[in-house]
Amino acid sequence: MGILSCCFPRLRAVDVIEVTESVIDTAALQRSLKNPGAGGYCAFEGWVRNENEGHVVERLEYEAYEPLVIVEGGKVLAEARELFPFLEARCVHRVGLLELGECAVWIGVAAAHRDEAFKACRFIIDKIKVRLPIWKKEHYANGDSGWVNCERCAAHGIAE
Amino acid sequence: MKTITVRYFAMFREHAGVSEETLTLNAATVKDVFEHTRDRHGSMEPNGHCKVAINDHMADWDTAVSDGDIILLFPPVAGG
Repeated sequence: MGILSCCFPRLRAVDVIEVTESVIDTAALQRSLKNPGAGGYCAFEGWVRNENEGHVVERLEYEAYEPLVIVEGGKVLAEARELFPFLEARCVHRVGLLELGECAVWIGVAAAHRDEAFKACRFIIDKIKVRLPIWKKEHYANGDSGWVNCERCAAHGIAE
Repeated sequence: MKTITVRYFAMFREHAGVSEETLTLNAATVKDVFEHTRDRHGSMEPNGHCKVAINDHMADWDTAVSDGDIILLFPPVAGG
């Protein structure tokens, strides 16, 4: 068993997605993906930006429905593994109030080769943005606030 | 008539003024529930960009509702 575990890549049966109210420790997450079979690792960090569509943004507020983030996020990771076979993947999404520059989402993928790592990472962040029950409220410098996407969709609905 | 629990998130919770309410209504599908709550709370959001779950399982808008269901109404999502 010792020989097997040192000679072959370690495969995690289920990839992990988490929701946290704490600062995301990207260095610790990177270390958690170390795998003897990995030739590389690719990560994406989503940060809080200071503007959106002409509005000066001061902070962001994220809300998530964790039970279904875990379920749907698990499906996204499984789909990514099917399409771009990798060794390890993890995703952490922050909730609560975040200040400018803070990391809101972290995705890491370790793979034998870079192609799978890049492609899986891109696939996971793209799906997370549109499939998981997570919402983002922008707090603006002028004191206003607005849910991202929601306001635009609501306006669209009125026009229809 | 069916008695169901509706849970609201993000923008929908702000429209409703509550995070959850129990309603007794004549609804065949979750789309009926969505429209009932939209009229009730004066929301303008169309269902097309929204998602719905029944008893913690993602569902389609034409899924039938049953007495005692917990319906989760998700406004347009924006993770990342």
